[in-house]
Amino acid sequence: MTSRTVLNSDDIGRAITRIAHEILESNHGTDDLIILGIPTRGVVLAERIAEIIRRNGSAMPADFLGRIDITMHRDDLARQPVRAVSPTNIPAGGIDDKVVVLVDDVLFTGRTVRAALDALNTIGRPRAVRLAVLVDRGHRQLPIRADFVGKNLPTAKDERVSVLLSDIDGSESVVIEQ
Amino acid sequence: MKHLLSTSELSREDAIHLLDLSDQMAEVNTREVKKLPTLRGKTVVNLFYEDSTRTKTSFELAAKRLSADLINFSAKGSSVSKGESLKDTALTLAAGGADAFVIRHSASGAAHTLANSGWINVAVVNAGDGTHEHPTQGLLDAMTMRRRIHGLGATAQRDLSGVSVLIVGDILHSRVARSNIHLLKLLGAKVTLVGPSTLMPHTELFEVDVNLDFDDALAANPDVVMMLRIQTERMSGNFFPSEREYVRNWGLTAERFARLKPKTLIMHPGPMIRGLEICSEAADSPQSTIVEQVANGISVRMAVLYSLISGERSLDV
Repeated sequence: MTSRTVLNSDDIGRAITRIAHEILESNHGTDDLIILGIPTRGVVLAERIAEIIRRNGSAMPADFLGRIDITMHRDDLARQPVRAVSPTNIPAGGIDDKVVVLVDDVLFTGRTVRAALDALNTIGRPRAVRLAVLVDRGHRQLPIRADFVGKNLPTAKDERVSVLLSDIDGSESVVIEQ
Repeated sequence: MKHLLSTSELSREDAIHLLDLSDQMAEVNTREVKKLPTLRGKTVVNLFYEDSTRTKTSFELAAKRLSADLINFSAKGSSVSKGESLKDTALTLAAGGADAFVIRHSASGAAHTLANSGWINVAVVNAGDGTHEHPTQGLLDAMTMRRRIHGLGATAQRDLSGVSVLIVGDILHSRVARSNIHLLKLLGAKVTLVGPSTLMPHTELFEVDVNLDFDDALAANPDVVMMLRIQTERMSGNFFPSEREYVRNWGLTAERFARLKPKTLIMHPGPMIRGLEICSEAADSPQSTIVEQVANGISVRMAVLYSLISGERSLDV
């Protein structure tokens, strides 16, 4: 198995900062903004994006960061062993009429995002939903695209893209393995 | 996990996992749309040979909130009255393509028989078998204790170490007591059984404390007092002289309730008989978790159904 590192720790930091600023810019500030991470690594990325927004945005509501588990909305549950479910945490004000930014590490087939959109439906009706990902590796199976992308990464279908984050993995990089 | 037949066969890890998952299901139950597509296309059969209000509707809601199709079968008014056996009833209902059977039966071991006889290749959940076990009740009681004692949002991965629990009343006939004893001990709680000696089973097997004197047991300031109903439908003969004497010795009366710490939880699996094993003051107090237990029951049953039938179907029978 060969593996090559495509983003190092500094690259990841820069990408997250850029995404945070793009979110602020497209939303014209922090009004009605909600950031929701998709477990596992999307949650960590969402926390970091929120931290940057908090430092730069004016009058940020305290409760604009959350997490949304999509396991129970997956379309492949019956094809695999039982999957673990992780907690969902929605900011106290809810998501009705807010602008929700979903955050995930890798955008691949698009099925996770479809599940996340379904999960949002059970919670409320946002004014708009945006998608932020650290890496877009292509090979979509559904008509879904990201609004904020850290890095577009051309890959072969059989390659594996792993995002390592210090909070979870102890080190920080994006690696392609074959 | 292929079946849920008793809490005695759960590992600590399984139990904590189910309780954590139940808390996540409880979050779903607070949403505006209390429905997940998770078990779409799966069929759950409620197979009830005994009367039930709580458990049956709870499993029904759990299955529906996960989008499973549900068949409600009650022995009353079915071909059971014509003499059809459990095996043939199960085969008939499974022929429609069932993924899980939820069974309540007056015979201890009925769920085990259904799961292990080889009649059907379907997940089996024991919803109460005779005087044996009622595992989802044990789980929902543990869930309720975790949420009250540790606080909402602080329950993940936690057990019940150091929590002292009195289980009071008709232990002999109580499957709720058995499921609770196994599970609470597994989670590190200290269990004491209280009741008349005539309603006490052979407790050596459980390895728990027994105290026939309710007032003496209350003096130790337990964290939880769980009252049980006297199951007259399972009694042949007299186990105590009169109801008045039972209330005097083992009922949670207003006077006994007033002696408890304000933080002591009052639990009851229901149905409760007010004025007999529990007084209204205790049942309706803020310390009472009786209504919460019912709500938590839905979350626990969603977690159990998810754990048993959401994944790919195993081929082993």
